[in-house]
Order: sequence, then structure tokens, then C-alpha cells
Amino acid sequence: MISFKKIKMGLLMLSILAVLSACTSNTNNDTKTSDGSNATVSISGSTSVGPLGEKLAAKYAEEDNTKIEINQIGSSAGITNAISGVSEIGMSSRDLKEEEKAAGLKEVVIAYDGIVVVAHPSNKVKDLTMEQIKQIFTGEVTNWNELGGADMEIVVVSREDGSGSRDAFQEIVGYSSGELIRNAIIASGNGNIKTTVANNKHAVGFISFEYIDESISTMDINGVKASPENVLLEKYRLSRPFLFVYKEGKLTDAGQRFIDFILSEDGQLIAAEAGAIPVK
Amino acid sequence: MSIPTNNKQVVVIDKANKRKYMLEKMSSRIFLICALLSVLTLVLIIGFVFYKGAHPFVAEGYSFIDFIFGKDWVPSEDKFGIFPMIVASIFATIGALIIGVPIGLFTSIFLAEIASKRVAKIISPAIQLLAGIPSVLYGVFGLAIIVPFLQNTFGLVKGQSLLAVILVLAIMMLPTIVTVAETAIRAVPQTYREGSLALGVSHIGTIFKVIVPAAKSGIMTAIVLGLGRAIGETMAVILVAGNSLIVPTSLTDSVRPLTTNIALEMGYAFGTHQDMLFATGIVLFSFILILNFVLAKISAKGGN
Repeated sequence: MISFKKIKMGLLMLSILAVLSACTSNTNNDTKTSDGSNATVSISGSTSVGPLGEKLAAKYAEEDNTKIEINQIGSSAGITNAISGVSEIGMSSRDLKEEEKAAGLKEVVIAYDGIVVVAHPSNKVKDLTMEQIKQIFTGEVTNWNELGGADMEIVVVSREDGSGSRDAFQEIVGYSSGELIRNAIIASGNGNIKTTVANNKHAVGFISFEYIDESISTMDINGVKASPENVLLEKYRLSRPFLFVYKEGKLTDAGQRFIDFILSEDGQLIAAEAGAIPVK
Repeated sequence: MSIPTNNKQVVVIDKANKRKYMLEKMSSRIFLICALLSVLTLVLIIGFVFYKGAHPFVAEGYSFIDFIFGKDWVPSEDKFGIFPMIVASIFATIGALIIGVPIGLFTSIFLAEIASKRVAKIISPAIQLLAGIPSVLYGVFGLAIIVPFLQNTFGLVKGQSLLAVILVLAIMMLPTIVTVAETAIRAVPQTYREGSLALGVSHIGTIFKVIVPAAKSGIMTAIVLGLGRAIGETMAVILVAGNSLIVPTSLTDSVRPLTTNIALEMGYAFGTHQDMLFATGIVLFSFILILNFVLAKISAKGGN
């Protein structure tokens, strides 16, 4: 009886030890090997840059066995991670703030992106001026009939405070977070905005070009269609850079190779296919 | 001749006892460590949340009163007021109670008193299964079914609303209420029922006049536990609440409860903004503490 208990206890101890040792050995193995075939590049940040990053990483995986790990957690969090060293590279869909630059971050523009104002496909309004967009999002205009549409209330959908898309959108349109209409629905992420707008005929929101599909209708601005060509011609003003940021001197060779790949002709071609606007 | 053998026996027993005592001691130590681990976790969580959350008020000179009663939450402009969220959390919880408690209570009465064993055997596991569904699935269900339903049936401009939150929370608190209340009702001594029925009181009369009052403290516990579930729920709520920053004045307003505020913005927050989210956590924590205190009071009363 006693020996049976003992065996049980021994097994318990063994399993605990095994679990503990597994934890430690795992963390040891996963830390970056600065060079070599199986290096890992950890990237985190913007949900707008993320899908493009994933596509680039998938393509990159075909020619190089560096492991690229991408986490879509939002621009600010990605930048914070790059500063603190949690991630090697941060993705941002807005320009760096002064305090972030002061922390020693370097930025690389990997592509440009357009932001498009979207509404339900049944909405007859297809063209807005910058001023009208501002009026919608600050709550000065609250009915679609004031914009030439049907007589129905406007439901504004915005991203959360701190989102790179929201920062960029507000900066270009010209209103502050405090001015945003208070009863706006706040959705986290581009996909969430798209779903919300696609399911509500009253709704208006803004998303990244990459997310455009048939479930929503896109708005022209001053008669200029939201297209990559128009962004490059600088006719369409709702655009912003996609950035990779990293702490100076902390970029590994593997990370540098990935960035070089993105800026190469192949990489930029993928960016264009993904709906982003190539740098060159 | 007999003495040495006796000695040997004593030695053997001694050895066996020593081993036994060692084992006893060791196992009690292991249990102690396990128990301490959860206490330690609690202390760490409280310590961390309070340390981070108190920072802006202690070190940066923000006013706690403004934080609680401020109506503006604009982190990028340094405005941190969580009054709309406190109101939203309270309204959503009360609303969920109004719908969830009667349904939950009637279900538990049905299961314990009225239903035949066969029927109870089908319903009980179903309710327990309801408790096991991950909360995000409730949210998805709410977003896919409840939100469009509200939008279409009541002609609302948006289905993401206080009402949607209340409905989802009411469904989510059902299993907690039903299981705890059912146990309480089943625990009422059989003699109470027999006495009441013997006096000529009808079955339903017995239930409401005798059994429910007798199980009162257990039922209250069930309600408080359900309340705790509702006020702490995050993932399901974030999808159906709409997360607007207004003090709700009607059921159709979209709202942002406390939990949602933390989950929604934590990913993007840094500096003071992040600390303020921890401070939101402190407020939420206080709610839970109060609930636990109430719960302790109720169970103490029940004991008497």
C-alpha cells in the first residue's frame, strides 16, 4: 500500500518536474538565434499592415527558411513592443510620434495605403467632400438625406482610440478624438468595421484599401475614386504610409533580409497585389 | 529469546511509521504549497492592478473623483472619465437580472419540484452545457442573431445596444442561477412539503409559500453569483455593445461597460492611458469585492 502511494507520489513529482523543465527548455530554444537558417523574426503591430505582412511572409517563406511571426495587435502596441524589444520589428499604419522617435526607433516605409470611407451597398450616396466626411464623424450631419441619400439616420462606426487607422483618418480629415460623435459605434479592427457596416444600412465607417470587397460600397472623395493609382497621383488624399519600425542597432540579419525582400521588386509586387500601394 | 524478536518488530514498525509520517508531512506540505499558490496569485493580481491603477492618481495628480464622475473618455486628449461605463455596467447587470432571475428561478423550481425525473434528466445537462460554452461564442451568437433581430424587429438604426447586452448577459447567467438555486430548493427538507400539503395547500402554493422562502438564502446566493458573472463578462459583451462613450438613456443606446473598455483599448494603450485602464480594473474589482461581501453576508445568514 505504502509503496503504491510512493509510486504515485513519485510519478506526480516527475510530471511536475517534466512540466517545469519543458517550460524552461522551450523558452531557451525559442529565443532568437541571430543568424543561421532557423532564425525567427518577430513582428507585431497594426491590423492594417498585418494582412500585407502575412502575405509577404508567406511568399518569403518559399525562398528562405527564416521564421516570420506576425502578431496583429495595433500600431501603438507594435511600436511599444519594438521599443521594449518584445518584438524585433513593429508595424505601424501611422507616422511615429516625437516621443517614439526619441526612443531610438528607425522607420522604413514598406508601402502606402489608402483609407476609404465605406457604407452599406444599398446606400445611394457614393461621393462625399472632405468637409462632409468631417461633418458626419463629428455629428454635425446626422441624416443621409442631407448628403443626397435616403431619409435615414447616420450610424457612425469608428475604430478605438489609439488605432493607427483612426489616428491617420482623423489627422487627414481634420477632427480630433474628442470631436468624434459620442454615440459612434466603436469596433476593434478593420474586419469588425466592415462586418458592422455591411450589416447595417445606416452605417458609415472607414477601412484600409486591403479590406475592400463587395459587402460594402466605397465613397469617392470630391469625385476622385479611392484607388491606388489616384493615391500615387496624389489626387486621393486619404492615404498614409505603412511603416516597419525597429530599434536602431537591434535589427538582426534575418530581419534586415526580410525588409530588403519587401523593398525588392518581388516584394513590392506582392504589396500591390494585396491592395497596398508600392513605394516605387 | 523473545526480547530480541520483539525489538526487531519494534524497529520494523518504527521504520514503517517513520516512512508513513514522512509521507504524511510531505503531502501536507504539497497541499499547503498548492493552497498558497492561489493566494499568492490573488495577491499578485490585486497588487499589480492597484499599483498600476493608482499610479496616475498618486504620482501624476489626476483626480480620482473626476475619473469616477467624468463623462469624457478621450485618452488621446488626456481626458479619462469612466462615468458612462459605470452606468452602462450597472444598467446592463440590472437589466440582465430582471430577465434572467425569473427565468432562472422558474427553471430551477421546475427541475427540482415539478419535472419528472425523465424530463429533468434532459434539461439539467442541457443547462450545464450552456455554462460550458465559451463566452466569445455567446458574443458571436449575439452579433449574428440578436443584433440583426433587434435591428429588424424594432426598426432600430443599430442593433448594438444596451438591450442586446442585457439579452446576452441574461442567457449567460442562466446556468449559474439555475444550478445553484436548484440545489438550494432540493435541500429543503421533505417534511416541509409534506406538512404544507397535509394542510391542504396546493402544490404551487407550497412551492411559493413554503419551499422558496425556505431556500431563500440559497436562491439569493444564486442571484449574486449570476450577477458576478454578468458584471465581469467581457468577450460576449464587446461584440454586441457597440462600445459608444455615452451615458445610456434608453435601451437602444449603444454602451461601453467597464470590462469592454479595458479589453478594447488595452492593446493600443501605453503610458497614462494604460494605467487608467488598470484604474478601470480597480473600479470593476471593487464591484466584485462588494458582491463577494454581500455573498458572504447571505451565506452567514443562511448558516444561522
